[in-house]
Amino acid sequence: MGFLNQFKPIFWDHQSTKSGPFKSLFDFRSLWRKRVILLVAVALGPLISLAIFDHMVTRYDAEQEIHLRTARLVSNSRRTVSFFLDKRKSALDFVLKHHPFEILIDQEHFKVLLTDLNATIGGFTDLGLITTAGDQFRYSGPYDLMDQNYAGEAWFQEVLEKGIYISNVFRGFRDTPHLVIAIKYQLDGNDYVFRATVDTERFNQLLSEVTPGGNGDVFLINSQGVLQTPTRSHGKVMDTIELPIPEYSEHTRVIEVVDKTGERFIVGYAYLKDTPFILMITEQKSVLMAPWLKTRIVIITFLAIGMFGILLVIYFVATHLVTQIFTADLRRSQTLREVEHTSRLASIGRLSAGVAHEINNPLAIINEKAGLLKDLITYREEYKKDQKLIVHLDSILASVERCGSITKRLLGFARHLDVTIQKINLRAVIEDVLGFLTKEAEYRSITVDLRVDETIPDFETDRGKLQQILLNLINNAFAAMQDGGTLDVRARPADSDMIKISVTDDGSGIPEADLKKIYEPFFSTKTTKGGTGLGLSITYGLIQELGATVEVESEVGVGTQFLITLPLHHTRKE
Amino acid sequence: MSERILLVDDEKDFVETLAERMRSRDMTVSTATSAAGALDLIEEKSFDAIVLDLQMPGMDGLEALEMIKAKNPNLQVILLTGQATVEKGIQAMKLGAMDLLEKPADIDTLTEKIKKASAKKMVLVNEETEKKIKEIMGGKGW
Repeated sequence: MGFLNQFKPIFWDHQSTKSGPFKSLFDFRSLWRKRVILLVAVALGPLISLAIFDHMVTRYDAEQEIHLRTARLVSNSRRTVSFFLDKRKSALDFVLKHHPFEILIDQEHFKVLLTDLNATIGGFTDLGLITTAGDQFRYSGPYDLMDQNYAGEAWFQEVLEKGIYISNVFRGFRDTPHLVIAIKYQLDGNDYVFRATVDTERFNQLLSEVTPGGNGDVFLINSQGVLQTPTRSHGKVMDTIELPIPEYSEHTRVIEVVDKTGERFIVGYAYLKDTPFILMITEQKSVLMAPWLKTRIVIITFLAIGMFGILLVIYFVATHLVTQIFTADLRRSQTLREVEHTSRLASIGRLSAGVAHEINNPLAIINEKAGLLKDLITYREEYKKDQKLIVHLDSILASVERCGSITKRLLGFARHLDVTIQKINLRAVIEDVLGFLTKEAEYRSITVDLRVDETIPDFETDRGKLQQILLNLINNAFAAMQDGGTLDVRARPADSDMIKISVTDDGSGIPEADLKKIYEPFFSTKTTKGGTGLGLSITYGLIQELGATVEVESEVGVGTQFLITLPLHHTRKE
Repeated sequence: MSERILLVDDEKDFVETLAERMRSRDMTVSTATSAAGALDLIEEKSFDAIVLDLQMPGMDGLEALEMIKAKNPNLQVILLTGQATVEKGIQAMKLGAMDLLEKPADIDTLTEKIKKASAKKMVLVNEETEKKIKEIMGGKGW
């Protein structure tokens, strides 16, 4: 997760539930999500649809081509098989029609006939001539079948009935698979059946020369599904095939079949006319589709790489976009916060000024009334002895003076005093300020350590304000310190025509919660000790008027540091 | 000598009390609670110094100051106000006010300022008289 976190957008954990005037206008996560979904939909939607469409079309094409090729192969094989059988039938026709009966039934000649047929056309195992009673009275071949009676055989009855018969492959007397072509002829006025056993070996060889793709098989079955020729993967001759027997069709057909193991086969077949045979070509679909699948995989790989690239781009584009909105929004709320802070200070300032103005007049009346009373007491002999009255009146006058000083400071806070610029020596200014406090420092055994970098040149600024700032800060530091503490005042040059002045005490420190409020008017922790809460707020105003900035660092129990960064060249502020 | 002063402030209570205190400091004091009243009094009597409030209903302190200075440039005016701003202070000085004090003012400071104002007026008047005498003597060819 650590690795993934690197890619987490910066706004991801931003709390958008914040309420109040600086609330975010946006839920950035949902904004990001919506962008990503939209971009993904627009970019990947058409791409994926196109890929699926292309997949389907090319698959259909590939399948069609396989079907077509299989159909062609079936047609060719059917022609070959038919031709093989027709050729042998024609040869038998020729032999019977061009030999006079007497020569045909000559035993020696009958033997020569087999030799001649095999020499010219080939594929015959034996020949026999049978009477309608079923007696084979002439035989030529390797077996001893002379005088064999076929009257009880089904094929014999069929040939008598139909005139021609091509048998299934069967075992017969010889217990070896063979097929029989039997034709009924009228010879010398009587019907005879001419029977030839066709060499199934030749037949098998013929089919094995056909080479279909996809671990394919070419073979014949009969209408009961018994294999007539050997196969590579569907069993031996005379076995019953496991695939379903295809329905009758006059033409070549190609179908798809699933076998028991779930393997899908392309099956092309044709019913051979005038025979019990069905020519079948089976091909494993998975093998045939392999080349297509291979190109598919290449295309899908490219698609995946492309999609990954697009997703990556979408991620970065959306993140960049939302990050920009996020930072703009952040800046907006920050600005708002600053504006609010400034305007709050300003309105407090205006309010303070108003209050100060209004209070000054009644204060002046109290002042004069008390003054008058004191005058009366002082100038008239009868009251002169009463010291108690004078003490009370002095107390009233002192309080009025204190109020007056508060209102004056309030007005000073609100007022934009004109800056009077003069060239100053920083060390001299700080020493002046410390001069006011020497007595207190001595009395409280506070060590004041002043170090001013010698490279700081004399520079122009408002001397009075700078003194006021330093006096306020050092006064505050003294108030926070225990007797015997140490106060460090440092001044050093900083970057680009700035100097940094730090006032560091080892006093009580400011709690973090108060740190944000210290510049607000009337915020004071010394209210019970006569603090007005205006010191730092006035100081802050003065610092700003000098074009300077102030930072404060504080730790409770350790101390506080105020760091002022002051420009060496004074720019007049409005 | 006893300074003749005029106190102008719309707060009657304030102006009367201050007047009494000034009288007890051997000054001859007149009071007015408006700028118009003050101008009338200046027509009638002669004063050494005027203590003038800035914020008053009707004509304000600055306007009054301008008119007083127009009529009698030697007469010294001290502004005493609870609503001092630097701008008004500068404006007042430009119009010829001698000083500007913030309320509540210390009585001794005020007294001192009045005395200075009175002395200044005296000097100015003397200079003017001398100048006039010289002019007259010069004109007669003495």
